[in-house]
Amino acid sequence: MSLLRLDGVSKRFRGLVAVDNVSLTVEAGTVFAIIGPNGAGKTTLFSLIAGALSLDTGAIAFDGARINGLRPDQICMRGLARTFQIVRPFPALSVHENVAIGVMARESNVALAFARAEESLRAFDLWDKREQRASALTLPDRKRLEMARALATRPKMLLLDETMAGLRPPEVDRVVETLRALNRDTGLTIVMIEHVMRAVTSLADRVHVLNHGATIAEGPPKQVMRDPKVIASYLGAEALG
Amino acid sequence: MKKAEVVAIVALLALLVAPLAMDRYLLSVFVLVFWAAYAGQAWNVMMGFAGLLSLGHSLYVGLGAYAAAALFVHFGISPLLGLFPAMALCMIAGVVVGWLGFRFRIEGVYFALLTIAFAEVARIGFDHLTWTGAAGGFFLPVSRETAGQWWNLRGGPLFFYYLSLGMALAALGICWALRRSRLGHQWLATREDAEAARAIGINVTRARIVAVLISAAMTSLAGVFYAFYYNNLFAAQIFDMSRSIDIVLAPIVGGIGTLFGPIIGALILIPLGELLTEATRALGINAPGVKAIFYGLGLMVIIALAPGGVWPAIARRLGIGEGRR
Ligand SMILES: Nc1ncnc2c1ncn2[C@@H]1O[C@H](COP(=O)(O)OP(=O)(O)OP(=O)(O)O)[C@@H](O)[C@H]1O
Ligand SMILES: [Mg+2]
Repeated sequence: MSLLRLDGVSKRFRGLVAVDNVSLTVEAGTVFAIIGPNGAGKTTLFSLIAGALSLDTGAIAFDGARINGLRPDQICMRGLARTFQIVRPFPALSVHENVAIGVMARESNVALAFARAEESLRAFDLWDKREQRASALTLPDRKRLEMARALATRPKMLLLDETMAGLRPPEVDRVVETLRALNRDTGLTIVMIEHVMRAVTSLADRVHVLNHGATIAEGPPKQVMRDPKVIASYLGAEALG
Repeated sequence: MKKAEVVAIVALLALLVAPLAMDRYLLSVFVLVFWAAYAGQAWNVMMGFAGLLSLGHSLYVGLGAYAAAALFVHFGISPLLGLFPAMALCMIAGVVVGWLGFRFRIEGVYFALLTIAFAEVARIGFDHLTWTGAAGGFFLPVSRETAGQWWNLRGGPLFFYYLSLGMALAALGICWALRRSRLGHQWLATREDAEAARAIGINVTRARIVAVLISAAMTSLAGVFYAFYYNNLFAAQIFDMSRSIDIVLAPIVGGIGTLFGPIIGALILIPLGELLTEATRALGINAPGVKAIFYGLGLMVIIALAPGGVWPAIARRLGIGEGRR
């Protein structure tokens, strides 16, 4: 069963076509990666899905219903949560408050929300730092906070925008394990934008490659990594850079 | 019992007993303190909790005052009933300001400009509205028959002392409950980062409108109090920009977004103003603006010493949780 479906989605910023006629389908319970060079339109695509930007053309369906045109908060309540590439914690609030407010999306009892936040905090190794202000966290911890807060809204699907960037290899492995466990144990569907290839190859069931806003390849990781177009436009550039 | 609780109970008992030993003047100073604490608390709901800067809160003071006064003068309606339409009127005004702001994405200081503009429009409007005395002022009758009728908010200095104290405490209680509620947490999220708040399911526009509604409704009661305390209303005074500024100063000095900030700020600023008035009079300095200059200097010193507000600085010293905003 497909959980997310994009049909001919496009977005332009004045002259620039940031997302160009993208169609894709994400099956429920899978991990789906979106890769591509800088400026390929990956983050823009997430913002379109999450309702932060409006589409120019195309349609987006989630869980069997059209979601384009809904507000971001409505889309979150449908079960689709996103993180921000440039992290956006609530700086003056504690780590615990940050995550508990995420829980409050579906839990109106404040005390219970704080209690239930523990699960997400522990999943991302933030339990010991729960009393700290979010503004006092290091960047890797802020990335984890982004994920913990999004997960706290109890989504069916999590959109992760470069959440491994800036993490050291052992930290990447740790997050990969956490995400794998979430996917395996709770059936959480994950769509991740990622430049860290070891995370992509070890987690993703399918990889979608964007370049200049358009799809250039899609398939299982191994197949996509061998695709000459992908090597030329992205992997090759990475290797050279 | 915790140290903070003991302090709070002692302070409360002192506030309940002390007025019996106060003269008229001191009572009037405390009324001003409580009024400023109350109005500051109301303003804090918008700015401190939801992050919406209003510099036009005189709008709600004025509308609340005129509405309750007009119902009393023209129809003999008790302010205890009149406060409901007064509140409703202010909530409608708040929704109009809020809706315009949020609909057209007017944020931050531009939103503040919008709130000033509305207060100014109201000032000019009431300056011309003959039904409420226009520029000549609107006067509430003070007669022997109504004297002591508490249900008409008629009473002496002690009555207004306890009334304003009750209002300040009620506002503290309301803000305490709001701060702990789900809505309160969603306000903080909205204040910190509206886009991130939306992404975790918060209807930011709704949360903001509710903040405006609550703040406007609370402030309207400050206006009702004002009308029946002073018994005269002048649009040029009550809607004036300087009143809006006075309302925001106490919570800013005390600590924006904290529960005790508006109270501490009022306890500092009102006596400071009174002291300066007395001092300039005693020294025979009656050049205009001298008091304002020293008041301004006093503000600068306080803000330089406690940039995040006086209350968070005190709370940190005492090791109480509210050090954070
Ligand atoms: N709000 C905006 N207004 C104008 N142009 C934008 C806006 N957001 C993105 N762009 C442009 O759209 C293009 C795609 O940007 P996007 O951030 O989606 O790329 P990306 O694939 O996420 O890149 P990266 O890997 O660097 O994060 C870029 O050229 C970018 O400059
Ligand atoms: Mg990006």
